[in-house]
Amino acid sequence: MSELKLQGGSSGSSTYIIQGGAGDTNRTFTLPNVADTTISSIRDRRPENLLINGGMNVWQRATSQASISSTSTDGYVTADRWETYNNSLGTWTQSQSTDVPSGQGFGYSLKMDCTTADASPAAGDELVIIQKIEAQNLQHLLFGTSSAKSITLSFWVKSNKTGTYIINLVRTDVSNRHISKSYTISSADTWEKKEITFDGDTTNAIANDNGRGIDFNFYLAAGSNYTSGTLATSWEALTTANRAVGQVNLADSTSNEWYMTGCQLEVGDTATDFQFEPYETVLRKCQRYFWYGEISGAATADNDYNKNYMGNSFPVTMRDTPGITRVSGALVGHGGFNADETTRVTKDSVTVGWSGSNYRDIGAAGHQILKADAEL
Amino acid sequence: MEITNARYVITDPSENVANLIEATIDGEVWDIPLTVGNRFYDEIMRQVDAGTLTIAEAE
Repeated sequence: MSELKLQGGSSGSSTYIIQGGAGDTNRTFTLPNVADTTISSIRDRRPENLLINGGMNVWQRATSQASISSTSTDGYVTADRWETYNNSLGTWTQSQSTDVPSGQGFGYSLKMDCTTADASPAAGDELVIIQKIEAQNLQHLLFGTSSAKSITLSFWVKSNKTGTYIINLVRTDVSNRHISKSYTISSADTWEKKEITFDGDTTNAIANDNGRGIDFNFYLAAGSNYTSGTLATSWEALTTANRAVGQVNLADSTSNEWYMTGCQLEVGDTATDFQFEPYETVLRKCQRYFWYGEISGAATADNDYNKNYMGNSFPVTMRDTPGITRVSGALVGHGGFNADETTRVTKDSVTVGWSGSNYRDIGAAGHQILKADAEL
Repeated sequence: MEITNARYVITDPSENVANLIEATIDGEVWDIPLTVGNRFYDEIMRQVDAGTLTIAEAE
């Protein structure tokens, strides 16, 4: 096997140009500043984003939700996979925004807009944006061994409220361990890219199941219960007071806004460029946790004409058996129908039963809009 | 998560065993599988254990 040696720069990545033939364009390739990197290893080393919908592509539930003021109005409200936890720390509108970092290729960001301020949070108040990662997708981190791997989070963020913000990782699957790192928003109203590396945790393996592996908590504000200790910059048993030490209070003014997009979590201590995926790829990943769609069917003969069924398979196997809510629907035929209950639901499909009134209902068609929720 | 009006539901009368919980969660009516790991079911059971929620028997 022959070998071709190329001289790289003294630091950083190196770009090489293969000159095109007559009438053809040049080709370029770039090697990172990593020892023993080969082109074949680059091809095989496709960046893997452990977060889902980090580019804020998919919004199955809604593109805006106002009046997020408590644990009765928070939850998964807009962008897929991103949960909001607001324990009485201001009132917020969360929405899809087209304000994105220029020239980076993102279409949307997640926006938090304070509509009622809380300048003096109670001790137990907190406001957090969360993504919970499924445990079985984290096995290759080798947590619980001496070979536990570091992970690096990168994201774009913008706010008028400068200062220190905290990202807190919690492992709920084994023994509630956590680690926190801070980042600083330096310039008001300016998109900034942040890169934060977290050490691997050599204590306790991540359970190899479909439960919660690591929760990524992006703190926006917190009461003294979460800020009165010493920030847990190494993995430790969960200590509430050490979770968000130094966190600014984004809720202290109705002028405050916070935007985020381009979130990527990778194995190792280096952040690479955001891995853009086709919309349908991100949608399918999201639909493992939440599906908003339609089922349809037609009434068939039944002994007493009073129970018929319609059902569909989910587009992907859901994480677990989902909860089902019926949003709306219509039944077209001779009338007398009521979609009345979920009769069967599994990780793969759902069936809804409805009642008819007499033989004239046979052949009537119906559909229902459903939400299926198997979020972590 | 605000949960009210929780009741067991029997969807197959021939079995006569409840296999869902119907509950109003944050203003929406949900059918919840009796599955540990479903976040709604886990929260319902947490509130039942805490004595703040009661699940009505199936009708």
